[in-house]
Amino acid sequence: MPKSAYDVVVIGGGGHGLATAYYLAKVHGISNVAVLEKGWIGSGNAGRNTTIIRSNYLLAGNNPFYEWSMKLWEGLEQDLNYNAMVSQRGVLNLYHSDAQRDLYARRGNAMRMHGVDAELLDAKAVQRMLPFLDFAGARFPIHGGLLQRRGGTARHDAVVWGYARAASDRGVDIVQNCEVTGFIREAGRIVGVETTRGIIRAAKIGMAVAGNTSRVAHLAGLKLPIESHVLQAFVSEAIKPFIPGVVTFGAGHFYISQSDKGGLVFGGDLDGYNSYAQRGNLPTVEDVCEGAMALMPAIGRVRVLRSWGGVMDMSMDGSPIIDRTAIAGLYLNAGWCYGGFKATPASGWCFAHLLAHDEPHAVARAYRLDRFASGHLLDERGVGAQPNLH
Amino acid sequence: MRIECPFCGERDLSEFAYLGDADFKRPEPDAPDAEVRFFEAVYVRDNPAGPHDELWYHASGCRSWLRVTRNTRTHEILAVSFPIPSGGT
Repeated sequence: MPKSAYDVVVIGGGGHGLATAYYLAKVHGISNVAVLEKGWIGSGNAGRNTTIIRSNYLLAGNNPFYEWSMKLWEGLEQDLNYNAMVSQRGVLNLYHSDAQRDLYARRGNAMRMHGVDAELLDAKAVQRMLPFLDFAGARFPIHGGLLQRRGGTARHDAVVWGYARAASDRGVDIVQNCEVTGFIREAGRIVGVETTRGIIRAAKIGMAVAGNTSRVAHLAGLKLPIESHVLQAFVSEAIKPFIPGVVTFGAGHFYISQSDKGGLVFGGDLDGYNSYAQRGNLPTVEDVCEGAMALMPAIGRVRVLRSWGGVMDMSMDGSPIIDRTAIAGLYLNAGWCYGGFKATPASGWCFAHLLAHDEPHAVARAYRLDRFASGHLLDERGVGAQPNLH
Repeated sequence: MRIECPFCGERDLSEFAYLGDADFKRPEPDAPDAEVRFFEAVYVRDNPAGPHDELWYHASGCRSWLRVTRNTRTHEILAVSFPIPSGGT
C-alpha cells in the first residue's frame, strides 16, 4: 500500500514518470516519492511505440532538449545498470525532391550548429547503404537522405523496467493499479490526490500521463491545448537481418526498423480523428502498407504479425509541455505527440528539475504552457493548430 | 469505422476528412477580451473521452460538411447531421 503522504507524487508509471522519479532521487536527492500508475508500469504508450531514438530537430527550442536526451540514452545502461538495448544503428530520413533536399540540408545544418551529428547523403550513398530500396522507376524517386548515425533504437520495455528498478532502489514507491480519481485542494493549492487506493497527500504533484492528459487535468479543472489521437504501429514476422537502421519515407509518411528479434517494426500517420480507443482503422493500415511498398517492395510478402494503437497527446503545435500549471502544487508534463519515447530520459530529467527547483531546466525552457497564448509556438512541421496534421 | 451520411448513406471512413471539434465559434474580434477568446477558440480543447461532437467532410461523396457525434472511447457513431439544418445541398 502507498504511504499517506510524500514529498512528490508523480502520476503515470510510464517511461517519463519513472524517469522523473529516478532523477528526482538521483540528481536532486528527493526520494520520498511515489509513482502512481492506473494499470501496470509501461502499459500505456511506453509499450506501444516503435522504439526510435533520435535528435534530428530543426528548431532551437527543440534541438538541445532532444540532444540532451540522446546523450542520456548514450549513458543510460551504465547509469541504470540495466541492458536497455540502446542501439545507435542510424536514422535516415529520405528525400525525394530538390525542395525536400533543401529542407533537410537546412535541418542538418541546424543540427550541426547545435553540435549534433548530421550527414546529407546523395542517392548513390543511400543506394550503397540500402540497396534493396526501390531505385528503379519509383513514383517518388529517392534523391538522398539526411542521416543521423547516433540515432537508432532502444528496447522500450527495458527502459521502463530499468528506470523502475533504479528508482525503486533509491527509495521511490511505485504503486500499480492505483488510478487518480480526483485532486484535493486546500486554500487554492493542490495538496494531494484521491485514488482507487486511498488518499495520498504530497507537496508537489506532477502529471506524466500523456495520452490521457486532458482527462486527468479535467479532474483539476484545467482545459489544455491538447487533443488525443490514435497512432497505429505494426510488427511483422521475424526475418533474417535485412534493414540495418531506421529508415523513413519522405514522400508519404512511413518509418521502419528491424528489431533484434527480426521483426520489422513500422508505422505511419495518425488516423487523424480524436480517439482514446487504443486501436485504429483500416484506411491508415492501407496507407502505411502503400508507403512500405512504394519504398521497399521487397517486403511485400512479409506477413504482419500484430498491429496496435496508442493514444497520442497531440499538442496544438506538435511540441511538448513541461511546466507549472496555474494551480499551485500541480505540474504538467504532456503533449508528447508521437515523439515521446525518444524524449524519455530528458523528459524525466527536466521534469525532475522543474519539480525540485520550481523553474524550468535550461534545455526545456521553450516548453511553456503559456506559449500558445503568447504566440511563442514550437511548430516543427509548420502546420498550425491542427493536431492531426503534425 | 463507417459514417452514415444523411445524403449518401453509410460510407467507409476513407471517404471522409476530419476537421475536429464541431463547436468552434469565431470570437467577436472587437470584444474587450478578444485576445483571450481567440486563444481559447484556436488552441484549447475539451478533448473528452466519450461522446464528442466533431466536423467531418464527405470529400469522396457528396462533399457535405457533417456534424458527427462519436464516442472517442469506442469509435461508435452516435449521431450524424448537417451542421446547418437547412444545408446539405
